[in-house]
Amino acid sequence: MVESPGCRPSKWRHPPQRIANMAQIFHRSTNFIARFSLFSAIFLAGLALTGILALARSPYFTRQNIFREQPVQFSHKHHVGDDGLDCRYCHTSVENSATAGLPPTKTCMNCHSVLFNNVGYLEPVRESFRTGESIQWVKVHRLGDFAYFNHSIHVSKGVGCSTCHGAVNQMPLMFQANTLLMQWCLDCHRNPEMALRPLDQVYNMDWKVPENQAEVGAKFAQERKIRTTVELTSCSTCHR
Amino acid sequence: MDGMSDHEHKIDQDNHPPNAEERELREYPLDLAAADTKAKSGTGKQYWRSIEELAGDPHFEDMLHREFPRAASEWDESVDRRDFLKLMGASMALAGMAGCGRTPEQHIVPYVKQPDGLILGKPQQYATAMPFGADAIGILVESHEGRPTKIEGNPDHPSSLGASDSFAQASILDLYDPDRAKTPTYAGDIRTWANFQEVAQGLATSQKAVSGAGLRILTGTITSPVLAAQIQYVLKLFPQAKWHQWEPAVSDGSREGAKLAFGRYLNTVYRIEKANVILSLDGDFLSSGPGHIRYQKEFYRRRHLSGPGDEMNRLYAVEPTPSVTGSAADHRLPLKASEIEAFALAIAEKFEDYATKLHPKLSLLFSPNAVKFIEAVATDLQKNRGTSLVVAGEQQSAEVHALAHAMNAALGNVGSTVYYTEPVEANPVNHAESLHDLATDIHNGKVDLLLILGGNPVYDAPRDWAFSDFEQKLKKVHTVVHLSSHYNETSEFSRWHIPETHFLESWGDARAFDGTYSVIQPLIAPLYQAHSAFEVLAAFTDKPGVGSYDAVREQVKAILGGGDVEKNWRKTLNDGLIAGTAFAPVEAAAKFSPANLPAPKTAAKEELEFIFRPDPTIYDGRFANNGWLQELAKPTTKTAWDNAALVSPATAKRLGIGRTIASRGGEHGQVRSSVVNIELAGGKVTAAAWIVPGQADDVIVLPLGYGRMKAGETGSNKGFNAYSVRASEALWTATGGKLTVTDDEYPIACTQYHHNVEGRKIVSSASLEEYKKNPNFAHEKDETPPDGLTLYQDFQQLGYYKHYKWAMAIDLTKCNGCSACVVACQSENNIPVVGKDQVMRGREMHWIRIDRYYETGLPTQTDDAKNEAVEIPALYNPPAYFQPVPCQQCENAPCEQVCPVGATVHSAEGLNDMVYNRCIGTRYCSNNCPYKVRRFNFLRFQDWETPSLKLMRNPEVTVRSRGVMEKCTYCVQRINNVRIESEKDNGGVGREIRDGEIVTACEQACPSEAIVFGDANDPNSRVSKLRAQQRNYNMLGELNARPRTTYLGAVRNLNPDLEKA
Repeated sequence: MVESPGCRPSKWRHPPQRIANMAQIFHRSTNFIARFSLFSAIFLAGLALTGILALARSPYFTRQNIFREQPVQFSHKHHVGDDGLDCRYCHTSVENSATAGLPPTKTCMNCHSVLFNNVGYLEPVRESFRTGESIQWVKVHRLGDFAYFNHSIHVSKGVGCSTCHGAVNQMPLMFQANTLLMQWCLDCHRNPEMALRPLDQVYNMDWKVPENQAEVGAKFAQERKIRTTVELTSCSTCHR
Repeated sequence: MDGMSDHEHKIDQDNHPPNAEERELREYPLDLAAADTKAKSGTGKQYWRSIEELAGDPHFEDMLHREFPRAASEWDESVDRRDFLKLMGASMALAGMAGCGRTPEQHIVPYVKQPDGLILGKPQQYATAMPFGADAIGILVESHEGRPTKIEGNPDHPSSLGASDSFAQASILDLYDPDRAKTPTYAGDIRTWANFQEVAQGLATSQKAVSGAGLRILTGTITSPVLAAQIQYVLKLFPQAKWHQWEPAVSDGSREGAKLAFGRYLNTVYRIEKANVILSLDGDFLSSGPGHIRYQKEFYRRRHLSGPGDEMNRLYAVEPTPSVTGSAADHRLPLKASEIEAFALAIAEKFEDYATKLHPKLSLLFSPNAVKFIEAVATDLQKNRGTSLVVAGEQQSAEVHALAHAMNAALGNVGSTVYYTEPVEANPVNHAESLHDLATDIHNGKVDLLLILGGNPVYDAPRDWAFSDFEQKLKKVHTVVHLSSHYNETSEFSRWHIPETHFLESWGDARAFDGTYSVIQPLIAPLYQAHSAFEVLAAFTDKPGVGSYDAVREQVKAILGGGDVEKNWRKTLNDGLIAGTAFAPVEAAAKFSPANLPAPKTAAKEELEFIFRPDPTIYDGRFANNGWLQELAKPTTKTAWDNAALVSPATAKRLGIGRTIASRGGEHGQVRSSVVNIELAGGKVTAAAWIVPGQADDVIVLPLGYGRMKAGETGSNKGFNAYSVRASEALWTATGGKLTVTDDEYPIACTQYHHNVEGRKIVSSASLEEYKKNPNFAHEKDETPPDGLTLYQDFQQLGYYKHYKWAMAIDLTKCNGCSACVVACQSENNIPVVGKDQVMRGREMHWIRIDRYYETGLPTQTDDAKNEAVEIPALYNPPAYFQPVPCQQCENAPCEQVCPVGATVHSAEGLNDMVYNRCIGTRYCSNNCPYKVRRFNFLRFQDWETPSLKLMRNPEVTVRSRGVMEKCTYCVQRINNVRIESEKDNGGVGREIRDGEIVTACEQACPSEAIVFGDANDPNSRVSKLRAQQRNYNMLGELNARPRTTYLGAVRNLNPDLEKA
């Protein structure tokens, strides 16, 4: 910058040569606006990201706690809560296989050929049995295709049905009680002792977590040789 | 890698803009002389994978160093950068939106009535058999809720002993092939099966009137008692009808050889396990022909080394072109196919029994090297009377087969290492004569109704006789009914075409190579309107519409006699075979003496000999539309997707055949090879040539099975059709042809230019004697850095490897490159097929590859060098080694350190886990992998649309998409399933996994038991014992990656007489 010799010393905060050379285009307040919009852009971007992430974890996306319409209004509350059917009467493969299994129409008809055998809302079941066409149930618990969950190992080690599926005996229509997000899986895989119960209580929907769960659970974990956290949280435990 | 960084600097300093340099097509012609000079100048053993590598062309090496293209070559022709950015901009904007929806609802569709014994989510295994030539391969098929997904060998079946081959593994893809014919057609128009049955009854009535004089049935080799009985039944109804057989790749030599030797057709069965010394006369008994899976298993059980004190069997092979068996041989001699007979006679001459009677001076026909070979083999065979074996090749003449029988008899091997049974085939005939009779009848207008049950004669019949215009002939026949899985060349000329059921879709039976009765049971109802040969025949009888189920049941009942019929039937289905039904050995009186053979003539020098061979991966053409087999690199040439006229290096040099490595950017694997015109037997064919070290000079190999016009989308218009120059009087060996080299070049995909591992010593080998002297031979130059010398995390300290420590040991002594493991892996792990174009860019996706190495610098080669007849000693007869390379699952894994998103991480049991849903495709891991075992989905290689292929996938393994890295997981799905089962045991307390409980797909398939997987923490596991052997070494051990996959050095049992220079 070149000092112009003819100028007198100024009390102005701005260097005098500026005034001499050019007019101020923007008002001083624009500095604030510029700063404000810069910071708020960052803030908004952050907010949007947080929003998207929150949305992805919201029940809208995970479908947590949302009832699903089914072709037949099957009530777990009635069958399990009122009638006291064991989970394994229908979900036969839960102890042996990765999938708990959905019962064939034949299982429904074991009872419903005699009970409620003329009510309208069971017509899809009878039709399926008559025609040999399967009932198309809407999938409620849906894991990502890249996650390979195995029911049998969980129930064999003492993780109860209600730990993941909630109080099924109080659900008139089935919904997903938990998020099924990886975070939720890892909560248990990091602290398996918090999810273990006596083996004879696995199918008890009313089982309550005792106060000394950490203590009892640790004992169960030891007895049942639950693998270490390093092993339970290896990627290939669930992904392949 | 140091070599690589040098190279990078050089490129960076170049003044050219990198794009121009990358786009430029670089070409490196092969210099055979340089290879030879280089081999001569080298001291000690050298291993090399391609002639170019041996020649050491710096430009070629330069190309190999680039693993990935730096300039995206996907868009090189069609889309420029501007358009690309525009397209990408639009698609990015839309892609962002697409991610916003909720995932759509899915449905669960349960059974209406669940089948008994089925546990949802658990695969079941069913025993059945794959009929293949004069053999039935016993298999177990995995079924997921009714979908067959994976084929494995049946351990109880004599033909497989639990192993399998690439054909059996790949046959599952044939079932789901979307190009299969789907409905019966009449003159190309869709018809129903009922239409056909109606027409068939009408045709039968008119044939009845002339007692079937116009009816002919053409089939392949049939070992099925039920189908044979059905044909006999038809022949009874139509007494003047005739049954003809033609299978292009099954030789009449073995059939006629038995007839020559014993006066009648007999089946030869070897007991390889009992043989100490084996001589193979152009025989490929380890990878083709009846019983080959069992033979391979038995052969390598005699080559199991648990320490330097163990003994091995010894295999000599003489053959015109390197086969799997020849490559596995301890001593191999390249000879023309026509010289094999003289060679066999020359050996027989040395036997005491014949010494005076045979043709003297026979030895003069051979070079001094060959004479030495003959003497050594003859001595060795005689030293092992009763425990030696001579095997004649399928493609050899009846005389050679008869000679082999006579030599086995003279050596006292009959009854010990070889025995004879009644024929396995239901009706053994000379196929060439049989087809000739049919063609003559058609020519003379005698045939009105021709049933072609399987097969493709328009494509594969010999071109002479009446066959040159077989299609024209077919037009003379009033009605041709063609049954085949695809609408192929023959279907075009047939009025009726009926889709044929796959063996996994229909009931049937077959006899194995030793006569064992095997039941074929369907695993799935026919996917399309397909029918079996049995049903097509039934349509012409008085029992139309009757399936083969009852017939098979009756057959089982007849074999087992009384007892509980239902129980017997269930047991037979469960086992897949009826034990104890192998044919008993028969006494075969020799009616042949080698002395009666005329003195063999010598082949004129420099006269070209053309030999035909079934292709190692697509066989006679029946597997042409099978993408897995097309993409599988052929065991010895390592080329894929094409056949080529194979020539020896010296002959190539003489004729002026060459090849040029071509690459752009970082591609590897495209080789432009000379194109030759071949005129033979009145036909003409244009073929790509391919130079094969170890091939006999002046021999041109023409592999069959390619050049299909109507194979389907995958198989049509690939390679050249060798059948078009194949004449009936010279089905396997022909002379008098003319070969002219053109100026054209043809691109060939060769995988041996991929995944170069920097020319370090990767394979280790020794002779048995060397091994005894120095059991540590595999370690000579290895640095094995001490434990703890690493900056990487110590996983052991972090609590990893506590329970299990998975490891794999691969015994190079036992690997012969048969490639069953490669296809097994592909089937198990949903690995896509990428196509020839992508293979030429070095992008094949196989998780396990088999590297082929040749060895030079051996004393025998010095011998060859002295021999004036041998022009290029280094390439004349180099021993070959095969090294299967899956992921090495390193403990100090270089890949894990460089992944920016944690998509490849260490598991508690030491696997390098690959997490597909985290991978963003940087490819850093692959770049940093010294073993080059990572595979990147450059495009969406997997077919996600075709419904039938969805049924085929293994539901236990993620189907990967574009932009994702993948690699061998040690079959982690199998590990997890077994681990879960073991942990559930004892009421939830669990137990340790037993050794051998987890079997990886490659280990399961391997017929030579070369691959062993297990827990390295258990000192008693098989893998621990192998790892404890002195032969065990780490590939590139000096890098301190501490791979879990280790290798055991290859040992060859050399004959001291031949070894000495």
